[in-house]
Amino acid sequence: MKPARIPEEEYMTSGHVACQGCGATQAMRFALKALGPKTALVIPACCWSVIDGPFPHSSLRVPLFHTAFEAAASTASGLKAGLEMRGDTETTVMAWAGDGGTFDIGIQSLSGAAERNEDIIYTCYDNEAYMNTGIQRSSSTPVGAWTTTTPVAHYKKRPKKKIIDIMAAHSIPYIATASVAFPEDFIRKFKKAKEIKGTRFIHVFAPCPTGWKLPPELSVAMARQAVTSKVFPLLEVTEHGKRWKVWKDFEPTPVRDYIKAQGRFRHLKDEEIKAIEEEVENNWQLLLAREQMSMNLPGLNKEDDDS
Amino acid sequence: MKKVIMGNHAVSYGVKASGVKVISAYPITPQTQIVELLSEMCANGEIDAKFIKVESEHSALTAVVGASAAGVRAFTATSSQGLLLMHEILHWAVGARLPIVLTNVNRSVGPPWSIWTDQNDSLSQRDTGWLQLYCESNQETQDTIVQAFKIAETVRLPVMLVLDAFFLSHTYEIVDILEPNDVKKFLPPYETDIRIDVEHPHAFGNLAGPDTYFELRFMIQKAMEEARDVVKKVDAEFKEHFGRGYGVVQPYRCDDADLILVTSGTIASTSRVIIDEMRDEGIKIGSLKIRLFRPFPFDEVYEVLSKAKKVAVIDRNISFGHHGIFFQEIKSALYGRTDVPIIGYIVGIGGRDVTPKVIREIAEKALNDENPERDINWIGVKM
Ligand SMILES: Cc1ncc(C[n+]2csc(CCOP(=O)(O)OP(=O)(O)O)c2C)c(N)n1
Ligand SMILES: [Mg+2]
Repeated sequence: MKPARIPEEEYMTSGHVACQGCGATQAMRFALKALGPKTALVIPACCWSVIDGPFPHSSLRVPLFHTAFEAAASTASGLKAGLEMRGDTETTVMAWAGDGGTFDIGIQSLSGAAERNEDIIYTCYDNEAYMNTGIQRSSSTPVGAWTTTTPVAHYKKRPKKKIIDIMAAHSIPYIATASVAFPEDFIRKFKKAKEIKGTRFIHVFAPCPTGWKLPPELSVAMARQAVTSKVFPLLEVTEHGKRWKVWKDFEPTPVRDYIKAQGRFRHLKDEEIKAIEEEVENNWQLLLAREQMSMNLPGLNKEDDDS
Repeated sequence: MKKVIMGNHAVSYGVKASGVKVISAYPITPQTQIVELLSEMCANGEIDAKFIKVESEHSALTAVVGASAAGVRAFTATSSQGLLLMHEILHWAVGARLPIVLTNVNRSVGPPWSIWTDQNDSLSQRDTGWLQLYCESNQETQDTIVQAFKIAETVRLPVMLVLDAFFLSHTYEIVDILEPNDVKKFLPPYETDIRIDVEHPHAFGNLAGPDTYFELRFMIQKAMEEARDVVKKVDAEFKEHFGRGYGVVQPYRCDDADLILVTSGTIASTSRVIIDEMRDEGIKIGSLKIRLFRPFPFDEVYEVLSKAKKVAVIDRNISFGHHGIFFQEIKSALYGRTDVPIIGYIVGIGGRDVTPKVIREIAEKALNDENPERDINWIGVKM
């Protein structure tokens, strides 16, 4: 991972109303540092529809249009079209949605926008549940997790939806995962995304101390462990869904440690944790196999470009 | 230039003349030709606009919301199920105070599936805060699109223009086609400072507590009240430019009428045939077409109807468990101002033909007090 300069400019100010240790808030700060002031945001219902601050205040120095829960991608499509028709081709339009607004209720409009290859960045900050409404499961909630709708007696039995696979299947020009624990990588990816035309999808891992039953000061540590335990691999998918590149240059840490640190997994028994460990390893191997396969495709750039 | 075109294409020509910059829509019978012609016009450069071909009506309206938030003229069209799918965003467009224009071709709602006309789709959106204008002819339809943008941009509220499925959408009539260059003098290119602009960053639509939300809703109502005059002014101005005007209501032979039929949409034209026929027979009868439904033209309605001895309201819709919706509206408009008897008739739901004979039956029933019910009488139920 190449170090990148972290811009000093701040486009997120104090006065926001996020919880302590909120990953989604750190994510916004980094994303705007990367994208700069010529950015317009579209935010559907999610924690971020509150975090920015109540009317008439805003903690962001970029314009923001709030939209309905399932409509981030379609609203952003229209906003981009409108700006272009005004002659503004420079402004980066970014939809900024939670996992619920992306994996669940917003997946239709996201799929539509991606298939049309709308010229927008779509960022999903993933805190792995509906946090705004008080920690209910989403299809991004990982297997084994407690939420208020997957109580301990019926904890989440189904695995997290593979959103990157879904987005890769749309053949869009750029897909990446990013984590608030790796700001240089995070900023590099957003900067790279900014320069690409078409639909760019960035999946940001954003711990939620409140929802994960985690001390706020462990938010970034958890985000780091999610990567080093291979629970949340850092990757990029380019060449319209074909070229996969996974970051592997880290000291692996046990999945068990990641799980044990969070209250939302407290009920899990040893064999259940073991099953999760196996699943994480299987997914990692599949990912590597996919990367390998994509290396051998004819006509694709084999060289590491910039990381 | 005059052309013989279908109602749906009259909408498309109106949109072309209005200098719309972003269009987004999703196919649904009987609206489809509107957007087919528009996408053709966009593709061949007749219109300088982007057409966003979305995957649903929900996305169509949100795309148009996004475009309008960027500060450009934006348009969508739909029908029935599509309008209902948009419902959440209909409210959004109003709350965000976006001057969008939408055409809804009135189609019945399923189940059972039906593609034929009635007004339940648009009337069930009456409390969303959209202005609603019901059109009767292809010429009126084209002209109203152009008026609608001017109205919407003046009061910063979205406008829904409504026409009957098939009876208007697929019927060919002569239309004097508006030329975009002529229209520019009436409707100049849209400019607004209230928009998403990186030079002047603002957050639009963020959380408003009980101490501010109330006032924001009050302002919408104020804008609606203002719209009542704006619609009239814009219509008068349009008439100055193009020689055609439509009013907010259209009285026909009402001055000395014993009975006035209240109508909307294509039923208005059918009714006039019967009115002429009965007038020839010496019966004092007239009709009042309601063109502007939201904001409701209370005073204009009162002025005309208060002179009648009896009022018969013809509804191609039904508020289940209540009455016809125009009937409700007329009754509430006249309440406490006059005690002229008002009788409600339900006709034509699901596209059943409302022929001159049906109108005559209603008129005779109303005149002769042959109504089983005062408030709701179903005409032609076969059971
Ligand atoms: C149509 C609709 N259904 C439900 C809601 C209620 N709601 C608001 S935010 C939210 C959950 C958002 O979850 P996610 O997208 O993961 O974002 P987070 O709150 O976790 O940041 C829900 C269910 C809504 N606003 N709109
Ligand atoms: Mg969430």
